Amino acid sequence: MPLYHNDDQAMLADTARGFIAEEGNIAKQLRHWRDRNCKDGFGHGLWKQMAEMGFTGMLLDEADGGLGMGHVEAGIVLEEIGRNLTPSPFLTSSVLAATALKHGSDDLKGRYLPGLIAGDSVFAVAIDETAKHRPSRIATRAEKSGNGFRLTGSKSFVIHGGSADMIVVAARTSGSDEDADGITLFAVPKDAAGMSHDAVRLVDTSMATHTKFDGVELDGDAVIGEIDGGRAVLDAMLIAGRVGAAAEGVGVARGAMDMTVDYLKQRKQFGRLIGEFQALQHRASHLYSEVEIARAVTIKAQQLLDAGAESADLMASVAKAKVAKTARLAVQEGVQMHGGIGMTDEYDIGLYMKRDRALAEFLGDAFFHANRVATLSGY
Amino acid sequence: MADLETFRQETRAWLEANCPPEMREPARDEDDVYWGGRRATFKNDAQKAWFEACVAKGYTVPAWPKEYGGAGLSPAEAKVLREEMSRINARPPLSSFGIWMLGPALLQFGTEGQKQRFLNEIARGEIRWCQGYSEPGSGSDLVSLQTYGEDKGDHWVVNGQKIWTSYADHADWIFCLVRTDKADKYQGITFMLYDMASEGVTTKPILLISGSSPFCETFFDNVKVPKSYGDDVPAYVGQVNRGWDVAKYLLGHEREMISGLGGGDRTAAIGTMMKRHAAKLGDELDPVLRAELAMFDVDALAFTAMGEKFLDEIKVGKAHPAQPNMMKYVGTELNKRRHELMMAVGGSRSLEWESEETGGGKPARNWLRTKANSIEGGTSEVMLNVIAKRILDLPGA
Repeated sequence: MPLYHNDDQAMLADTARGFIAEEGNIAKQLRHWRDRNCKDGFGHGLWKQMAEMGFTGMLLDEADGGLGMGHVEAGIVLEEIGRNLTPSPFLTSSVLAATALKHGSDDLKGRYLPGLIAGDSVFAVAIDETAKHRPSRIATRAEKSGNGFRLTGSKSFVIHGGSADMIVVAARTSGSDEDADGITLFAVPKDAAGMSHDAVRLVDTSMATHTKFDGVELDGDAVIGEIDGGRAVLDAMLIAGRVGAAAEGVGVARGAMDMTVDYLKQRKQFGRLIGEFQALQHRASHLYSEVEIARAVTIKAQQLLDAGAESADLMASVAKAKVAKTARLAVQEGVQMHGGIGMTDEYDIGLYMKRDRALAEFLGDAFFHANRVATLSGY
Repeated sequence: MADLETFRQETRAWLEANCPPEMREPARDEDDVYWGGRRATFKNDAQKAWFEACVAKGYTVPAWPKEYGGAGLSPAEAKVLREEMSRINARPPLSSFGIWMLGPALLQFGTEGQKQRFLNEIARGEIRWCQGYSEPGSGSDLVSLQTYGEDKGDHWVVNGQKIWTSYADHADWIFCLVRTDKADKYQGITFMLYDMASEGVTTKPILLISGSSPFCETFFDNVKVPKSYGDDVPAYVGQVNRGWDVAKYLLGHEREMISGLGGGDRTAAIGTMMKRHAAKLGDELDPVLRAELAMFDVDALAFTAMGEKFLDEIKVGKAHPAQPNMMKYVGTELNKRRHELMMAVGGSRSLEWESEETGGGKPARNWLRTKANSIEGGTSEVMLNVIAKRILDLPGA
């Protein structure tokens, strides 16, 4: 398969670019909700509009009411979300939770998918338990209790945890904290007794929670996939989420780069446009090269994932690490080349820097994924 | 598709029958590579047999038309042949600047007479070509070149000096940029073809930091170059005074070729190989070195995807015409980084300059060789200039 968008995908990209630039732009969404101190950190109106576009259920099978599309297509939407810094539950709901629910029972699908497809529901995922992403260690425990389970423990960095109608929780049903086996995924509804959220606003204005499970009683049918066999579903969810986060990061990088290159063509100092200075030209050209490469490997990972290739796991980590490094470069060069106004809240470039920081941390930063590339490659 | 599969089976069978086992391993020494030319000798019978089989089949230049010595393969078929050769580690039967550089220029700009003569000579390995571009005062600023051809009616008299002429001391003919109009910088250069045995041509090898001498200084002292070698065979490619168009086309081509160095078909992580190498030396990877290897592998594997995307886009005309500059820049910088890391893993062993264990100092010599990657064929800085101007459209670039 050639590493560029086919005609249908190019058409989707046109549609998504126009729609998100119009409705999801920084003034209309990120600044709007931030300046009103919105507790959700995103707009439900836009989520509903995304549902009308078919985006919210795009990864779901047509039999389940979705569009039956793949990660290349989801990546197209995510790249535009990234470019516009659109606060949106798309990645956590339509990519991560949706991937988990694909492995769920018909009962679970029936309970949650219609709300997602209609844009009425928002989902979150609770994986991390410490300040760094370390899914190999799951200490939150779910013990057998009657016909169901009793959930005890705590999770961090639960994006949209406070506004989620359902949270996918990775918990341990057997073994010790570092075991690969013995993990089970649960769909925990928002009104579950014993679940409490400590909501925190993050640097990029998004809302996350530290979520506590204090003997939360769950029905047996809250289990997603197999009891004790949740690692496979968790891994599938993580790969999809990482590839999706990479696509969003490509959008952040391209948005920051485009804004910066434009600025080089407008700002005058010493009687000429600063874009005439070779010192800045070379840095801009280097950045361009890195962004092109980050985008290429992200599409590669999307295609491998859609093809069900074994190498998708490795390539997802390569993409996540490469994009994290590249978007970091883009936002840092962006602020520096904007000079003083790059430090002001009035200009958008600083918002890119803040978004990159949070997005790169989500589901593993460049260090985590480079280490993973080494481990998967046998060194 | 079915036809391609048939072609693959046929190719596989042909290679099985014609590629000697000795030719199915990577070249180890300089004389493992066959360059052709008047003075060429074969290292052994296997090299000769493999070369002759390929000439007969058109496989020294598989994608060139049959009438010019090629096999007339379509891009898809040529790819299959490359894959099948790479599958058995088959060496290229013939290496030459005629194949890589002059051939593509003639296919694009040459007259029918030039193609008939020169392309066939190249395909059969009869004439070894060298490239006369850079001059001592004209490196990155190539268009300022001053080697001058004075018009004497039916011939030119060429005077001047070229530098970095690859293997000029082994070459039979040169394709050379010569100024023919001093008043016009860009439209005053002619892309000439002439015999290195002409009176007044001398070459002097340049000893490099790697200890080898792949490049020469080449001097032209009143060299008489006829304007024509016969009916429809002019001694220049394209038009007189329009050689810069040909040179620019070829530079783009060369950058594409060099850009393959960093990524190409590499899909394996270098760290995997380096861990084994360290173990062989009785060492293990330092954790910080391992981290650098991992960061390198992220960049290199990502660049491999970029290479794939670039080739896919070129096929359908989607690639930005200046994109080869980006590929060249990143590919060569990555290759330098790769060798820095390999030297670090090799430790004191990789410092050895002549030992048998290192194949005569291969790690160090190869490491030093890579430093030229980001200089030859346009420096990294020039590549960045071109990206700024042609892709980013920055002012005054």
